[in-house]
Amino acid sequence: MIEAQGLTKDYGDKRAVDGLSFTVRPGVVTGFLGPNGSGKSTTMRLVLGLDRPNQGDVTVNGKHYREFAAPLHEVGALLEARSVHTGRSAYYHLLALAQTHGIPKSRVRELIDLVGLHDVAKKRAGKFSLGMGQRLGIATALLGDPATLLLDEPVNGLDPEGIHWIRNLLKGLAAEGRTVFVSSHLMSEMAMTADHLIVIGRGRLIADASVDEFVRRASGGVVQVRSPQATELRELVLGEQATVTGSEPGLLEVSGLTAPQIGELAAAHGIVLHELAPQQASLEDAFMELTRDDVEFRADGSAAGQSSEKVTG
Amino acid sequence: MSDLTGPVTIPRLAEPGRLTQARVVVSEWTKLHSLRSTRWSLLAAVVLTIGLPMLIAAVVASHWDQMSLRERSNHSPLDMALAGVGVAQLAIAVLGVLVITGEYSTGMIRASFTAVPKRLPVLWAKAAVFAVVTFVLMLPSVLIGFFASQAILARHHILQISFGDPGIGRAVVGGAVYLVLVGVLALSIGAILRNTAGSISAFAALFFVIPPLLNILPSSWNDAISPYLPSNAGQAFLVTSNPGGLSPWPGLALFIGYTALGLAIAAVLLVRRDT
Repeated sequence: MIEAQGLTKDYGDKRAVDGLSFTVRPGVVTGFLGPNGSGKSTTMRLVLGLDRPNQGDVTVNGKHYREFAAPLHEVGALLEARSVHTGRSAYYHLLALAQTHGIPKSRVRELIDLVGLHDVAKKRAGKFSLGMGQRLGIATALLGDPATLLLDEPVNGLDPEGIHWIRNLLKGLAAEGRTVFVSSHLMSEMAMTADHLIVIGRGRLIADASVDEFVRRASGGVVQVRSPQATELRELVLGEQATVTGSEPGLLEVSGLTAPQIGELAAAHGIVLHELAPQQASLEDAFMELTRDDVEFRADGSAAGQSSEKVTG
Repeated sequence: MSDLTGPVTIPRLAEPGRLTQARVVVSEWTKLHSLRSTRWSLLAAVVLTIGLPMLIAAVVASHWDQMSLRERSNHSPLDMALAGVGVAQLAIAVLGVLVITGEYSTGMIRASFTAVPKRLPVLWAKAAVFAVVTFVLMLPSVLIGFFASQAILARHHILQISFGDPGIGRAVVGGAVYLVLVGVLALSIGAILRNTAGSISAFAALFFVIPPLLNILPSSWNDAISPYLPSNAGQAFLVTSNPGGLSPWPGLALFIGYTALGLAIAAVLLVRRDT
């Protein structure tokens, strides 16, 4: 359980995190979502005690991170910017961190095998690709078998196979009852991995909701239905107090009913459906809509806020 | 990566350990010996400390017959034996700086402070490990430098001193002690400035630029300040006579004081600052 209360952090006169309060619960994957520069990495650094908040407080399982007698067993962290000495091999990097807690060498080897770095374990980490670096970071986070995981953009630089692996890993860790807090700037990624979402923009909390709820809210409950009997279905759906729009023949966009409700309605009347799709494509759009005012750097180059020098992710 | 389908589970850790200062020391030893820069810097320091006295002894011995009496009297066999220390200190200082700034420049420091969030155990462990490693390597080096240069000079029956002569043994062993303190002071500068180039420049300014600059000042000023500079105070321990300077033990004490002060400032900043 991670609890943040009114967390605020300034770097110079730039406010990176602004009065952020949230709770991350064990047993589920919590996605931490926000555009680049919205304060995700700063928040994670505050949780780990690497930076100190100007105001507010954050605890992990009721304690400040610095108070832990065995921090690596409490929290495993993957930090966004690589946190590895480029001249040291993956093996010695992990070993040096393991030794601070008396974690045995066998554990280091076990994790190197688990993340698939066996063949390059003795190579200097500076020669690693982004994906290999991420794998090393994940091994680092898992070293102490921690109850809480804090992963900043873990899928960055991973190949599709690696991304798939991470998703399964995160779900597995949460299923074991651990607290899993994962940041990303990609809504689509989070929609597939997370159960709960905390969305921030420009350091402020924008949304704190389950993924289902967020999806429902964000997509406006639109379901796309394709049917050769569209006209018939349209009448039925309208009879259920739902609204329907349709841009092409045979295609309905229904709001006010869920996909299962539409499917059952169609089945009850013997209507053939060729497609029944909750409009999740609009999720990404909704996220962008939600955070539009909070994106620090726009594609046209103009900054949304007054401050522009430092990107603190 | 292992199984690609279904939830991935990580093997449980049989016996959870605890964070202790002793374990952080072991960790810092692993960090130190697993870097190539460490091995090269220490090798350079050892080679210089042993090789330079031998080289100088050989050159002086071969030119001895052509030297005037006055020129001969300018050569001190102790200075010769410790000639490598003055050069090796640069290698040791650079390594001392890198021990900490290497972590800042690569981001490793975040991993280190996540494992050891109280931070100070990392600083103490770095200083202790580096001091012990430096002493263990440099003590034999200064001894070999001394005896080897004496052996070369002995073949020409010139400039003979004994390790047991007053102050000689202390000065030779002092070479290793001086290098240890230089290393720890450099490490402290690195922890304060957190930047490799800046820290090495600061060390070079303190040890190689400021001392000769003071010679430009009126001699009353120079005489009042110079002996108390870190380099001059420390080097007072490496000679048998030090006209105008501090005597060996007060010199060493002052140099230890500077090192302790540097370490204390580093400790305060390390705990206070964001990473």
